[in-house]
Amino acid sequence: MARIDWNNGKVEMIHGSGGRAMQQLISELFAVEFNNEFLNQGNDGAVLPLTLPCSPDGARLVMATDAHVVSPLFFPGGDIGSLSVHGTINDVAMNGAAPLYLSAAFVLEEGFPLADLKRIVQSMARAALEARVPIVTGDTKVVERGKGDGVFITTTGIGAVPPPVDLSGSYARPGDRILVSGSMGDHGVTILSLRESLGFESELQSDTQSLHGLVAEMLTHVDSIRCLRDPTRGGLANTLNELAHQSGVGMHLQEAAIPVKPVVASACEFLGLDPLYVANEGKLIAICAAADADKLLQVMRSHPFGQEAAIIGEVIEDSNRFVQMTTRFGGRRMVDWLNGEQLPRIC
Amino acid sequence: MKYVDEFRDGSLARQLAAAIAAAARPERNYHLMEFCGGHTHAIFRYGLPDLLPANVQLIHGPGCPVCVLPIARLDMAMALAKHPDIILCTYGDMLRVPGSGRTSLLKIRAEGNDVRMVYSPADCIALAQQHPDRQVVFFAIGFETTTPPTAVIIEQASRLGLKNLSVFCNHVLTPAAMHGILDTRESGEALKLDGFIGPAHVSTVIGSDPYEPFPQQYGTPVVIAGFEPLDVLQAILMLIRQLNDGRAVVENEFTRAVTATGNEKARQITERVFEVRDQFEWRGLGFVPHSALQIREQYRELDAEQRFADVLQQHAERIQLVPKDNKACECPQILRGVKKPRDCKLFDNPCTPDNPLGSCMVSSEGACAAYYQYGRVMES
Repeated sequence: MARIDWNNGKVEMIHGSGGRAMQQLISELFAVEFNNEFLNQGNDGAVLPLTLPCSPDGARLVMATDAHVVSPLFFPGGDIGSLSVHGTINDVAMNGAAPLYLSAAFVLEEGFPLADLKRIVQSMARAALEARVPIVTGDTKVVERGKGDGVFITTTGIGAVPPPVDLSGSYARPGDRILVSGSMGDHGVTILSLRESLGFESELQSDTQSLHGLVAEMLTHVDSIRCLRDPTRGGLANTLNELAHQSGVGMHLQEAAIPVKPVVASACEFLGLDPLYVANEGKLIAICAAADADKLLQVMRSHPFGQEAAIIGEVIEDSNRFVQMTTRFGGRRMVDWLNGEQLPRIC
Repeated sequence: MKYVDEFRDGSLARQLAAAIAAAARPERNYHLMEFCGGHTHAIFRYGLPDLLPANVQLIHGPGCPVCVLPIARLDMAMALAKHPDIILCTYGDMLRVPGSGRTSLLKIRAEGNDVRMVYSPADCIALAQQHPDRQVVFFAIGFETTTPPTAVIIEQASRLGLKNLSVFCNHVLTPAAMHGILDTRESGEALKLDGFIGPAHVSTVIGSDPYEPFPQQYGTPVVIAGFEPLDVLQAILMLIRQLNDGRAVVENEFTRAVTATGNEKARQITERVFEVRDQFEWRGLGFVPHSALQIREQYRELDAEQRFADVLQQHAERIQLVPKDNKACECPQILRGVKKPRDCKLFDNPCTPDNPLGSCMVSSEGACAAYYQYGRVMES
């Protein structure tokens, strides 16, 4: 069997055919990079021990899955590999769970450079190692050229929720406070800035990062957290509308309290976008009882991934389930669901 | 953000709101039309209606480029897009606007036609060079602001000798539409209109001089204002003062960007490439004389209406059978300021930004979309 050319080689249909070439790709790349005892079992699935990091009495399992299709694949602050690890870990963590294991499924396009694939897999391995969540099983498929966009990665995560943690988007109550862990819109604007038709430069980086460490700190110190959610696609605005809808409440935000980096605000300004609707990949929204809001804010700010945390508003009674905002300017407006795509305005 | 935050200062806003409340006489109403969608958007986005006394009412005018484009022209663009040789390029806002038979450029793109969103007309030059075997058509829309960039690519394509680029021109003229609105008022329609908040970006190009006829002929004051919320409040105060004094003149609040004669270079290139059409249809205003531009004879080879005359002719014969606007849609009345979004039976159910039945619900500059997205909370 010829050696894999990691410098100039390309993904070929044979790499997904189930034969020796696929086996070679798995053993020389995925097994080496993701290396852990469960993956190394080499079976069709990973057999995992039932030992939990918490008391098993009343503990529950959380499972979350996320498909990643970002373009471009590499961007300042990360790539599709690290994003696919962080994204699913965060989805597990938002349920109050400590993430335990990940799976990863790759859809590769024929002709995709193997050097890029290696870079992506190494980045995933690094992200998984930093998060201490092993990738224990996976799958690879290859589609014909033109039927994919380089690489798509779907990751699934399992985690355990220790009792008495019980979070849900339906638990927000009037009077509760709404917090965010940092600045809004960094990831989305980073990606937009790389789209060839826009061509503006900035020092901005994606905020992609795993939030389970921050979540663990928050849950250890504050009992009254009702729900956590990461404002990815659709940004803060959509996520708050989801929560308002689930809980049957309204929300009232203070625009001046919402952290947005000046470079993000400027980019959104000239593209005609609203940072509240732009995606984040390493930030969370927390809702907790008013009495605990200041304490929660301190806990978040003492964690490296929550230094810019802020209390941005409160939950109110509203049968319309509107999310509204007092603008910096002093007037009120709705912060509605995102309508269609965010399309740039004309003039 | 430097040079932006200064114009969104909440404490200055409160001072201006207090000055407006003090100036507005309780015994009368002030009906002020912001012509531009950019103002409409700012008014709702910053919650300005909350800061105004009840007798100062804002009427949302027709200055939203995609809102005023008549269905017939959009249908023509879609007919072009369905041609297998053509790559149709346009601004993002245009893609969702519903045409005849509930279709849109986005929907026909999903059917396999080549429709692309561009941020700048200049992208079309690059696209034409990359695809020498295809015909690239730029579906050009907008007011005086977006016209010069279209003129630039026409001159550039001519210089480069590009044979596979053309422009489907739908550029329209602001002062002509303002005449159209005031003429409907004169004709006795129930439009209450005491003054205009004049365009910001359009005025940077055309200057303030073209608004002089409105005070002179119709006794209607105009205050040109920037698109920032403090600009809008300041302009409202200036209009109220004029009306209180019984004055009607053109005033310029947006002096940091607008001069009496505008941007000479932009006007010159527009003049070189375009000429005024005898008339043009506006959604809401009907056919308005001398209200739009067409490509000059000199550049006829770059005019998509000339190059694809046969495609458009076949389309014209076919289109007569397709249903037009939803009859209950009040966009025409809303664009003239005669009705408000809530007056329309379709508003909110079933017409929403995700499922727009009328053009005012598409662009965030459209009165219905701005009201839907930002304003409904005022009702609760």
